[in-house]
Amino acid sequence: MAMTDPSGTVPTNKPSVQVSDDAAGYYTPGEPLVDPRTPTGPIATRWTNRKFENRLVNPANRRKLTVIIVGTGLAGGAAAATLGEAGYNVKSFCYQDSPRRAHSIAAQGGINAAKNYKEDGDSVHRLFYDTVKGGDYRSRESNVYRLAEVSANIIDQCVAQGVPFAREYGGLLDNRSFGGVQVSRTFYARGQTGQQLLIGAYQALERQVAAGTVSMYTRHEMLDLITVDGKARGIIARDMVTGAVETHTADVVVIASGGYGNVFYLSTNAMGSNVTAAWRAHRKGALMANPCYTQIHPTCIPVSGDHQSKLTLMSESLRNDGRIWVPKNKEDCDKDPRDIPEEDRDYYLERIYPSFGNLVPRDIASRQAKNVCDEGRGVGPMVGDFRRGVYLDFSDAIARLGKKGIEAKYDNLFDMYERITGENPYEVPMRIYPAVHYVMGGLWVDYDLQSNVPGLFVSGEANFSDHGANRLGASALMQGLADGYFVLPNTIREYLADGPFEAIGDDHPDVVAARESVQGRIDRFLAINGERSADSYHKELGNLMWEYCGMERTAEGLRKAIDGIRELKRDFWSNLKVLGTADSLNQSLEKAGRVADFLELGELMCIDALNRRESCGGHFRAESQTEDGEALRIDEEFAYVAAWEFTPAVENDPNEPQGSMGTPVLHKEDLLYTAIEMKQRSYK
Amino acid sequence: MKLTLKIWRQADAQARGEMRTYQLDGVSEDMSFLEMLDVLNEQLNASGEEPVAFDSDCREGICGTCGLMINGQAHGPEVTTTCQLHMRTFSDGDEITIEPWRADAFPVVKDLIVDRGAFDRIIQQGGFISANTGSAPEANSVPVPRDKALRSFNMATCIGCGACVAACPNGSASLFMGAKITHLGELPQGQPERDTRVVNMVAQHDHEGFGGCTNIGECTAACPKEIPLDVISQLNKDLRTALKHGH
Repeated sequence: MAMTDPSGTVPTNKPSVQVSDDAAGYYTPGEPLVDPRTPTGPIATRWTNRKFENRLVNPANRRKLTVIIVGTGLAGGAAAATLGEAGYNVKSFCYQDSPRRAHSIAAQGGINAAKNYKEDGDSVHRLFYDTVKGGDYRSRESNVYRLAEVSANIIDQCVAQGVPFAREYGGLLDNRSFGGVQVSRTFYARGQTGQQLLIGAYQALERQVAAGTVSMYTRHEMLDLITVDGKARGIIARDMVTGAVETHTADVVVIASGGYGNVFYLSTNAMGSNVTAAWRAHRKGALMANPCYTQIHPTCIPVSGDHQSKLTLMSESLRNDGRIWVPKNKEDCDKDPRDIPEEDRDYYLERIYPSFGNLVPRDIASRQAKNVCDEGRGVGPMVGDFRRGVYLDFSDAIARLGKKGIEAKYDNLFDMYERITGENPYEVPMRIYPAVHYVMGGLWVDYDLQSNVPGLFVSGEANFSDHGANRLGASALMQGLADGYFVLPNTIREYLADGPFEAIGDDHPDVVAARESVQGRIDRFLAINGERSADSYHKELGNLMWEYCGMERTAEGLRKAIDGIRELKRDFWSNLKVLGTADSLNQSLEKAGRVADFLELGELMCIDALNRRESCGGHFRAESQTEDGEALRIDEEFAYVAAWEFTPAVENDPNEPQGSMGTPVLHKEDLLYTAIEMKQRSYK
Repeated sequence: MKLTLKIWRQADAQARGEMRTYQLDGVSEDMSFLEMLDVLNEQLNASGEEPVAFDSDCREGICGTCGLMINGQAHGPEVTTTCQLHMRTFSDGDEITIEPWRADAFPVVKDLIVDRGAFDRIIQQGGFISANTGSAPEANSVPVPRDKALRSFNMATCIGCGACVAACPNGSASLFMGAKITHLGELPQGQPERDTRVVNMVAQHDHEGFGGCTNIGECTAACPKEIPLDVISQLNKDLRTALKHGH
């Protein structure tokens, strides 16, 4: 058995060598990728050393340096506030009408931190270990260690800002255990932790707006990245009220625009959540890493019909007391569940996983729900050809704890369920179904959160770096705030120490080209004048993605999806219908741009999933499973980050004004561990 | 079900708006109110009329983006956000009037969308605790009594949707301000700036064109997060104290 190396120099694993090549013909192999900013030495000293090595920027110079930050969720809002406090000239952009509305606000459960307030054996190293293991050994160990290290500072910072975390009777902070870990390290504010953390960051941001260090651009959407001499030097943004296409130059650009789960059309993301900022950067050279890593959450309220616009998550704590089942017989699926006798019910998770039962990890619970519905044993309304729902039944728990006991634990969730479905879960079993919730993939960044485009940094869900192939509960908020408050401000200064860079005028040829390209695309959307709305294309793309690139993926299905997406893309550019004008608030136009980018991203996700012929974390390839149907990770071939480079098509669709997407180039970054050993998981 | 919708249409801030009537068939009771409008918009797009512009984002009642006057009530007949209102609340054949928030301090941008930037500017004047990143003491070094932490949290659940303003005959944002004053004022960390916070926020509120409070209580009735009216008493009390302190 290999031992971990405290000096941090000898890896416990060998670089992988890929044998299979499912995606042959869909990609071009590229040069291996090495993170030029990889830290060295014992893992516990790497971040401390890096903070010291990174150069400082003289306080008098900071106001001469302009930082653009796109997105005002936890990662973007916290970074804008912190860099503003430090004295930089910050320009902050969000598509919402106020920075307070970014989708971090919807996170329910909590935020992890290695405070060990419960004295239950938690530590930085344990949080690090749990996170790498939870990510199925597909994240970088140095990044994750740093995340665990700064987690405790986040709680201090938020409390100082007035975030009203839950407290015990003595007035000290309360913790709970979350997402199946054995220590209580999750800080929370009822079921609204994301809201409270975001309001903390938002208020810090608004304070800097008043102080004059941050200029806030609400209802602005980034539509292109300006690069000059290979460096990020600003963005082209559209004022969504006036329609003006604006040029904003800067010394450095930060993308903190969140995740792209809406490529599936239905997800727990906000309606406006999109990939455009990240995708525009990708088209300008930034690598997109592990795009196929998607987290699907098992306990969401099912789709009720074709009109469905988004899905609502219910805390997975419900699985602590609810029992999941479907009828044994298809004929019972449209019966009142209360009339189905005990012997005709299949408590399938308890049956397949007797030791973990209803508490199996998110991806297993999700996949098994899909399997029973695919067999035709789903419940609830027909959506397409299938009923997509399983029962989450509280009748045993109500008998055990009384209705009062259940109310005390879950009342707000039961109310929410009844408001949306019109059914009373105290009387009738709840129906749940998995939904896309989070993406682990994102723009590739080095240890300093800089992309391969110099001067372009990426933080929060928009980057790929910390969660590997699966994210643990209560870790998204932790990463967003770690990046925004503590990591980015300490790494961006190394880049800015060489600035201020030569001013770029609005008439610089590269700036003019970017602006004209954005304008050309807007004009094209309005000129197509076809038959179909952008929303209808989005829905069709979502169906393809969910069917073939969702919970279970096969080579055959993914190839089918790629063909389908390509066809859809051609139709989109020739048959789209956008009414209204470019120089006014035009939500159909906004949507068209986002869907165009989702179409390209969807294709890349399928190619990435096709290439990765292994099952890891949220990515399940049917071809790679154990005899028991469990995910089978293949470290010998796939212990690497897949970083994709955009390539323009050789043969352009003449209807696409910016040129079509060509065959992407795959760069592999090996994942080597010194402080941890890779293990296969088992929940049987 | 089949509905008659009377919707405010206004091309931009300068244009003169008007109510327009639309017929919508095939509405399912499982649709949310905003999904019903999505269906209308698909229909309008197909028929060549520009879709109705309205704001929404999370569609789970927490971001505060959506907000419509539905039959004269902010967020409609139930105590929730517009996005969480479902069509089973309505009946076949109903006529539903849909307007934007009405308040001088919230100018209409287009159709059903208003500009709530005034809320951000009120927060800028003091709706925060000054604590630069990195300067925070250990989180458990300052205990907070549980009842105070709980009251603070309950007031911090305000989503800044603006329903309180839209419902108030005076167009006052006192409930919004009172919630923030109470959220921060209940915590030990919020004490050093307590006086300046309330004075500056109230000054900005008045400057933005929000009206004064005359204790009507429509605000709390319309609030989807059920922020209680007593936060306005807290606001007045904090203001009196600050003025007594010479601010």
